[in-house]
Amino acid sequence: MSGTFVGMPAFPEAAHEAVHNTTLRGNLRHATHTIRAKRANAVAEVSDWAALREAGKQIKDHTLRHLDRYLVQLEESVTAAGGTVHWAADADEANRIVTYLVKATGESEVVKVKSMATQEIGLNEALEAEGIRAYETDLAELIVQLGNDRPSHILVPAIHRNRGEIRDIFAREMSEWGRPAPEGLTDTPAELAEAARLHLREKFLRAKVGVSGANFMVAETGTLVVVESEGNGRMCLTLPETLISVVGIEKIVPTWRDLEVFLQTLPRSSTAERMNPYTSTWTGTTDDDGPQTFHLVLIDNGRTDTLADEVGRQALRCIRCSACLNVCPVYERAGGHAYGSVYPGPIGAILSPQLRGTGSEIDSSLPYASSLCGACYEVCPVAIDIPEVLVHLRERVAQGGPVTERGGKVVLKPAKGHAAERAAMRAARWAFSHPGALRAGQRLASRTRRFHPRTLPGPGRAWSASRDLPALPPEPFRDWWQRTNGGRTDGGREGTK
Amino acid sequence: MRVALFLTCVNDTLYPDTGRAVVKLLTRLGVDVDFPMGQTCCGQAHYNTGYRHEAEPLARKFSDVFREYEAIVTPSGSCGAMVRELYPRMGERARAEGRGDGLARTLAPVVPKTYELTEFLVDVLGVTDVGAYYPHKVTYHPTCHGLRSLGLGERPRRLLQAVKGLELVELPGADECCGFGGTFAVKNPDVSAAMGADKVRNAESTGAEVLCAADNSCLMHLGGTMTRLRTDLRPVHIAEILASTEEEPLV
Amino acid sequence: MSSRDLILGRVRRALADVRQDDTPPVPEGPGRDPRYEQAVQRDYLREHGALSAAERVELLAENLADYRAIVHRTDADGLADVVAGLLRAHGSKTVLVPPGLRREWLSGTDLTRVPDRGESTAHELDRVDSVVTACALAIAETGTIVLDGSPDQGRRRITLVPDHHICVVRVPEQVVSSVPQALELLDPTRPLTWISGPSATSDIELDRVEGVHGPRTLEVVLVTGGGGQG
Repeated sequence: MSGTFVGMPAFPEAAHEAVHNTTLRGNLRHATHTIRAKRANAVAEVSDWAALREAGKQIKDHTLRHLDRYLVQLEESVTAAGGTVHWAADADEANRIVTYLVKATGESEVVKVKSMATQEIGLNEALEAEGIRAYETDLAELIVQLGNDRPSHILVPAIHRNRGEIRDIFAREMSEWGRPAPEGLTDTPAELAEAARLHLREKFLRAKVGVSGANFMVAETGTLVVVESEGNGRMCLTLPETLISVVGIEKIVPTWRDLEVFLQTLPRSSTAERMNPYTSTWTGTTDDDGPQTFHLVLIDNGRTDTLADEVGRQALRCIRCSACLNVCPVYERAGGHAYGSVYPGPIGAILSPQLRGTGSEIDSSLPYASSLCGACYEVCPVAIDIPEVLVHLRERVAQGGPVTERGGKVVLKPAKGHAAERAAMRAARWAFSHPGALRAGQRLASRTRRFHPRTLPGPGRAWSASRDLPALPPEPFRDWWQRTNGGRTDGGREGTK
Repeated sequence: MRVALFLTCVNDTLYPDTGRAVVKLLTRLGVDVDFPMGQTCCGQAHYNTGYRHEAEPLARKFSDVFREYEAIVTPSGSCGAMVRELYPRMGERARAEGRGDGLARTLAPVVPKTYELTEFLVDVLGVTDVGAYYPHKVTYHPTCHGLRSLGLGERPRRLLQAVKGLELVELPGADECCGFGGTFAVKNPDVSAAMGADKVRNAESTGAEVLCAADNSCLMHLGGTMTRLRTDLRPVHIAEILASTEEEPLV
Repeated sequence: MSSRDLILGRVRRALADVRQDDTPPVPEGPGRDPRYEQAVQRDYLREHGALSAAERVELLAENLADYRAIVHRTDADGLADVVAGLLRAHGSKTVLVPPGLRREWLSGTDLTRVPDRGESTAHELDRVDSVVTACALAIAETGTIVLDGSPDQGRRRITLVPDHHICVVRVPEQVVSSVPQALELLDPTRPLTWISGPSATSDIELDRVEGVHGPRTLEVVLVTGGGGQG
């Protein structure tokens, strides 16, 4: 297991291994089922959930539809409050900016709040290459970092690890990074949390530079919001002298008041709490309290390309709660790593192929990594119709068409691997457009039915490796209907069983 | 009331018993059922696999075949959802692509008239006791498109509860997908099979003899899994249970 | 071209399909715009059930306790004793004091007071046992106390580094029912810290465990009678 997602195989291959890993299956099943029931209770507690969800959707849609205006407004208000705004078109540029800002402080280490945006751009690796050490301070991120592992969940990146595995990682690796794990560390969650507290404390107390993301940015006030649980966020946001926040351009809400929606829906959707333990908001800098230098790095990195797609842009409403992961039956069995991205699960399956394009094996396979059961859409607090976008992206892969890449319009060709499928779909459409041909095929199949195997060779093995085929009936329904005049002549008991 | 049976291509070809059961049930309830011979496929497999343009002619054909009927009844939650939820979306997409309102106008008439079977029974005919007899222990799996796209809710369970002799037992994890998902079953066979096996194990744990659903494509996947796992369960479509009577019981 | 212009240009091209007659955004600069108010349907509730002042306080206490904050109740006359008792019970020798904290709240204890000063290092704060603060307001429905850095609450870090936080809430006047009501009263230009129970994590098997980096013990004192005049 390495710390990067580069060169990932297509989803089905990656999932193959995970499905047969019983420890992983057990860990994921336990964790996702625990949170599912809790989320349902937390949501049921508020009688106006549907209205909150609708308002959240509308706020985000409105913001996206006027994103240029709100970005400019945000820049002005952050600047007026004492912050400095930087713009990064892609991951490389964002990494260069942050590296430059850290170097300018003269420091060679930073403490980090858990942030999807910095994971997405690979900031830790970029800093490492420039001799700057980034310490992840969220417990789950720490587990991932110490284990030289990859995140597998948006909220709980180490969800694939159980307490025993976490204990082993702490006992083995903590000494490499600073204070070693206490002697005789057991696997109780309280002791593991305590070990993390002790390990990270010295890093917090000496930190001069903090790096964060943000859950929300308020355009009218220039306020940034970080929602967290452990207090590591507060440590990184208030103890260092310099704070650098790296945030996707879609994280804006227009007004302070808009937070009243998301501060109700986000905690209930993510950790299934009425409210998460800590929420910090800051507007620029405050004299004598917290960092005296504040930089905001706004990143595009594929977001404007996503915005250009009328169906796909709804993915930018996402507030990264991860409720869709926790209810997804595919995620539960395949695990987060199979999605080949820091964004796993249903939201990842629509976000990654849009942010990165559908060019790679993994990205062109992600839109198919769903049975379209709709559980993700049902729980999404901003009503992203994930199945709709999945199907839309399947169309992009299978049929090609116009897309925006790095701001420019291009027309994609149909993906190579889909030629046989395309031919089959066309043939089926032809047969279904000609009922006579369909009927002839059905009859032929019925007449030869005793020669039909219940398992299949070739590509059909994908079905019959684990399932038998149904037996063919002696006659299709339409023949029975015609023969018996709709069942009026023989009582309808002829034929099968 | 003149009602068209939209049986679906899967049922027509593989599960004619389900079609016969729907005819028998509706006839018993005084409904005049027709099976328009021009019907083929709603286009769902095409649409959901990413071939919307191939699905469009099938949707147009569906509208041609069914538009004159007062109601269109289908024993499939997922094909019902295709017409009700996705036909309007296909029309909108065509409009967004600058192809005008033609497709939307062609498809509009069939959308509100299309009912999944249990919906038709409960909402249109206003019955929950259809006079059925089925002396077996049954557990019910609400299929995803029926549950979430159509919002069938308690309708199928209420119909089953009214069946004489039937003992309905709750399925643990009922709301979870069975793993069929159309082409998902072959594109992601490992995950699909794992989901199917979990669903079958859950059904087995209830002690039921029969796993009932309102969609034969899901039952095809689950039935194929059951025989492979050598369980004593049988997959049965809800129409066949509701059609069964003391005079003519389904065995 | 700067990346700023590049990104803004991409955004504008991406939104070419957005119709001109779409609801216009708020004007640049702060302040509410009635047109934005119309752009979003806000059918959700301002509060979940109309609670009396007493019920609001009850609900706050219940929800604080549900997330493992320790709740105490007293009146203005009893406050100093309660605070002194909590510090004693915790075994504290030193207590951090925000500059504007009412003197009488700590009048029952002779612990060493450490003032909240800009020069203090994080390591120095780490050696202090407890901190006592007031709050800006509290939210009943979520069991949340909010600090806004006012003189009776101090800098953000003083309620973070010490392991024991005692927060005094004047009830019922500082208690609102809901998140929407709280946001209306709070000033976004101040640095705000919303606290709902002690530090916690759900990172191990998605099961909640209290006590990580923030104060592991949060004691909330609900005081009637204005907490004494000051």
